[in-house]
Amino acid sequence: MIVSFVAALLIGLAAWTGSQAGLQYLFGMALPLLAVVVFIGGMIWRVLYWAKSPVPFAIPTTGGQERSLDWIKPARLDTPMTKAGVVGRMLLEVLLFRSLFRNTTTRVDPQNMRITYFSSKWLWLFALLFHYCFLVTFIRHFRFFLEPVPVCLEWVEFFDGILQVGVPTLFLSNVLIVCALLFLFLRRIVNPKLRYISMANDYFPLFLIMGLVGTGICMRYFDKLDVAQAKVFIMGIVHFSPQSVEGLNPLFFTHLTFLSVLLIIFPFSKLVHMGGVFLSPTRNLPCNTRQVRHVNPWNKPTVFHTYAEYEDDFREPMAEAGLPLEISLEEAQAHDNEKSGKPVEPASAQ
Amino acid sequence: MLYNAKYIIPGLVVAVAAFTAPFWLNIGTPSYTYPDVAVPTGEDSKQCVEPKEWMRTQHMTLLNTWRDEAVRFDKRTYVATDGKKWDISLQNTCLGCHANKVDFCDKCHNSNNVQPYCWNCHVAPKGNE
Repeated sequence: MIVSFVAALLIGLAAWTGSQAGLQYLFGMALPLLAVVVFIGGMIWRVLYWAKSPVPFAIPTTGGQERSLDWIKPARLDTPMTKAGVVGRMLLEVLLFRSLFRNTTTRVDPQNMRITYFSSKWLWLFALLFHYCFLVTFIRHFRFFLEPVPVCLEWVEFFDGILQVGVPTLFLSNVLIVCALLFLFLRRIVNPKLRYISMANDYFPLFLIMGLVGTGICMRYFDKLDVAQAKVFIMGIVHFSPQSVEGLNPLFFTHLTFLSVLLIIFPFSKLVHMGGVFLSPTRNLPCNTRQVRHVNPWNKPTVFHTYAEYEDDFREPMAEAGLPLEISLEEAQAHDNEKSGKPVEPASAQ
Repeated sequence: MLYNAKYIIPGLVVAVAAFTAPFWLNIGTPSYTYPDVAVPTGEDSKQCVEPKEWMRTQHMTLLNTWRDEAVRFDKRTYVATDGKKWDISLQNTCLGCHANKVDFCDKCHNSNNVQPYCWNCHVAPKGNE
């Protein structure tokens, strides 16, 4: 944790001091463009790598009653049997984090020493809050990339700032994402079991996102940035014609650097679950293992030699030896004649 | 060998298209310049309450403070950092020079998707005439 904290801090400090020392184009333009290339290239590589990996066994998780007798009610979305059911399950998983909703904790009741399982929804709640706030923030940022700004972005901002607290209007997503981030961080610190299994790979993205969100909030509410000028600079990047960086807040470049580092590590860290959730065989395979045979794709094609073929090969010697035949020699010959000598037969019949 | 290519390829195409949208949506659009806002008019239009750069980033905070001071504490005088005294009034002080909402306020606000609710209460100025 300390290592990832120091790393994130150093990245922020480097960008902050660097952009005051004249390295604005490095942190504000070169690094973000590199990050976009690494992110998209890395994600494509990662998804293709997964798509090339065969799924040797059908391993869907059954989250409920499988389809059985008519009078037993099946769980159509938690144990989907059909393709439509799988699509429904994936939608629940991606949009509402269904599997996290089923999260439980275990506790031993000290009085009668009995194990009790509790439904534990806090992680689900804050994870959902975090992801949706991030999505809303991501969508809101398109105001810097599009001219004119589409009307749907105005609606997003309107509902996000519907409380009309202060100027600039306080965004609900800003408040909620900070709460969610704090929860996601503190749960790793407070829970000893979680602290034990948490690695740098868990903390580093968290600190980067905290830095990203922190600098963004700071630029909106406290150490202000001239957004009109920021838009000129950003539109310069997407038009590939660099604009002046004169007078832009160093926090702006720190913000961009946090984002760039996040994008660069994205395909190579646990953040890649953004693409991975769609390629989880435990989720995207139908639970029809009793109806449909799953053939391991890396099996060599099996060469079968059936008894019927065996009899075809050895019918005459078998008949000579008096062995029982499923199709007698005469039947086989009649069949052969029918197949090969078809034009002959009508002639002989006349 | 690529398994499930009929799902993987369209999925990747959609994802790449979405994440590169800022680049390809802006192909062919005119290069973006700083909004060309209306020049202030009026007697005091040589110098704003505070310097131009400060106003660009902080005008909303100033307006909010002015609103609170005037409406809640009946404080009607603002002492600028250069010592000059200003009447705390959107209608008379600000709009005295920046009398064109469409060409002054709206240009920047629309371009940056900012929707202040000043005009829910205040009468919006019609122009510089």
